[in-house]
Amino acid sequence: MTHLAIPKTYKLYIGGAFPRSESGRTYEVTTSKGAFIANAAKASRKDARDAVVAARAAFSGWSGTTGYNRGQVLYRIAELLEGRRAQFVDELRSTDGLTEAAATKQVDSAIDAWVWYAGWADKYLQVAGNGNPVSGPYFNISTPEPTGVVAVIAPATHGLLGLVSVIAPVILSGNTVVVVASESSPLSAISLSEVLATSDVPAGVVNVLTGSAAEIAPWLASHADVNALDLAGAEALEWVDLQIAAADTLKRVLPPESGLPALTVDRVTFFTETKTVWHTKALI
Amino acid sequence: MTIEQAVALAPASRAIDLIGGDLTEKSLRLHLEGLPGVDAVGLEARAAGLGTRSIKTTSKAWALDTIIRLIDLTTLEGADTPGKVQSLVAKAMTPDPSDLTTPRVAAVCVYGDMVPYAVKALGPNSGVNVAAVATAFPSGRASLPVKLADTRDAVAAGADEIDMVIDRGAFLSGRYGMVFDQIVAVKEACRRDDGTYAHLKVILETGELNTYDNVRRASWLAILAGGDFIKTSTGKVAPAATLPVTLLMLQVVRDWHRLTGERIGVKPAGGIRSSKDAIKYLVTVAETVGEEWLDPRLFRFGASSLLNDVLLQRQKMTTGRYSGPDYVTID
Repeated sequence: MTHLAIPKTYKLYIGGAFPRSESGRTYEVTTSKGAFIANAAKASRKDARDAVVAARAAFSGWSGTTGYNRGQVLYRIAELLEGRRAQFVDELRSTDGLTEAAATKQVDSAIDAWVWYAGWADKYLQVAGNGNPVSGPYFNISTPEPTGVVAVIAPATHGLLGLVSVIAPVILSGNTVVVVASESSPLSAISLSEVLATSDVPAGVVNVLTGSAAEIAPWLASHADVNALDLAGAEALEWVDLQIAAADTLKRVLPPESGLPALTVDRVTFFTETKTVWHTKALI
Repeated sequence: MTIEQAVALAPASRAIDLIGGDLTEKSLRLHLEGLPGVDAVGLEARAAGLGTRSIKTTSKAWALDTIIRLIDLTTLEGADTPGKVQSLVAKAMTPDPSDLTTPRVAAVCVYGDMVPYAVKALGPNSGVNVAAVATAFPSGRASLPVKLADTRDAVAAGADEIDMVIDRGAFLSGRYGMVFDQIVAVKEACRRDDGTYAHLKVILETGELNTYDNVRRASWLAILAGGDFIKTSTGKVAPAATLPVTLLMLQVVRDWHRLTGERIGVKPAGGIRSSKDAIKYLVTVAETVGEEWLDPRLFRFGASSLLNDVLLQRQKMTTGRYSGPDYVTID
C-alpha cells in the first residue's frame, strides 16, 4: 500500500503562535524545478503590524534577562537544530536543489554559526563596553544595550545558514526581531520557527513572516515602533526607498549584502545603543 | 418595604407613571419579573453579527473621531494624585499634541476627592465634563447616608456627572425596592443649589448580575428610578463591558424611548481597549437605537487605554505609516 503524501500548509509565526495570514492569502512553494512542495502563508501589512506588537511586548522581558541566560537559551536552540538536521537537509535539497553533501554542510555551518553567536551573549558586553578615562573623581562607563525591535529582511538564498546569520546576532543582545523570510525558499524559516516554538525562547522574541518582502518591507521600514532595519536580503528590492522611509524615525539601517552575511560581532554591536554612566568615585 | 410617596420625589415620577400610584415593593417586583426573558443565544449571535462589519477609510476616520468625542477618560486608582489628574486633564483637552485637529474627549472620570483638581485643571468653557464616581464605588458597600454624602461632596466640588453603583447584593436577593429607593435618593443628592441636577449614570456591574435577564431588569429598574445613563461596569470586576450586554442595555433604552419618548444614555465601561472593539460598539449603537445616540449626551465609553489606541490608529491614517506607543503618552 502506498503512503498518501500530505503536503503541508505552513503558517506565520507571530508572538509564539502560528496564525494564518490575516489576509487569508497563501502562495505555493516549489522546488527549484517548479514542482509543488507546500503552501505557505502570504503575510500582509497587518500581519507585519501584529508581529511588531508581539515583538515589542516581548522586548522588556527578553532584554531584561542576563546575557548568560540568553546564551543558554540560544545554545539550547542549537541542540534542537541538531536533532532536526535531517528535516533541514531535506528541505534545502528540495527548495534550493542542493546535493545531500552540500545541504548537510550548510546545516552544519548554520548550527556552528548559532553556537558561535550563542557564546557571544555574555561576552559582547565586555568587548563593546568600556571604562572611559576621565580627569576627575568619577567612574565613566559605557555599555551597549539592545536597541529594541529589529526588522530583518532575510537573505533570499543560503537557506538556514543565511537565516541564522541574521537572526542570531540580533536577538543575542536582547533585541526582538521580525524576520521576513526568503520568498522562494521559506521552508528553513518556517521549520526554524517550529524549533523556536518548542525551545526556551519567550514568545514574540522571534517572529517570522513569509510572503513577498517587496510588499511587507516598506511597512516595516516606515513603522514608528521598529528601532532598526537589517536589509541583508533586500538587494533585489527598492532598498534606497526603504532607507529613506526608515530615516523618518531615525532607525539604524544595515544595507543589503551580496552573498552570505559574514559571522562577525559587528552585526551584534550594530543593533545596540551605547549607554554612558557617570558616577562619583568618592566624596572627599 | 413600601416605597413612600414622600421618598419618591421628582425622579421617580417615571415609575409612578408606568406602574401607577401604588408603587410598592410588590408592584415593582411584578413589573420587573414580568419583563420578557432574554434570548441569550439570539442576543449573542446578533452582537457577533454586528461585530463583523468592515469600517474602512473615511468611515473609519469618522468613527475614530467619534470615539474620541465619546470617551470618558478615566483614572480610578488608589494611587491617583492631583498631579495624575492634572495630566489626565491635559490629555483630555489635547489628546494628540502632534495633531491639534483631534477632538476633545467627553469627560474625565475620577474619584470624588479628585474632582476639585480636575475642575481647576479644566478651567471654564473647556467643553470637557467632570464625572465623579460616588456611592462607595466600586463595591457600593456602605450605608445610604455615606453614599449620599459621597455624592453631595462630589456635586458640591463641581462634578457635572455622577457615576453611582447599585447595591448588587440587594438586587440579587430580590430587594428591588431598596435598590430603587437608593437610586432615587442619590438622584436627589445630585441636585445643585440652583435646582439643576448633575447627570446621573447608574452602574449595574453586569459582571456580577450573572444573567442577561438580570441585566434587563436592572437596566429597567435604573431607568424607572430616574437614571440619565445606564453604565455596564465599574471596570474593577471581570467580565466588564461586553458587546452582548451593551446591546441588551441599548435594547432597553430603545424600548423606553418607544414607550415614553425619553432618551436614556448608555455607557459601556471597562475592557474596551482597541479601536476595533470600540467601532463594533458604534455599529451596535447605530443599528439598535440609531445614529442619534452617537452623541456624548447619549453614549460614552468608559476607558483609559482606549484613547491611546485610537490615537495610534488616527496617526496611521494621517501619516500613512504605523505608529507606536512611543508616540502617545504613558498613562
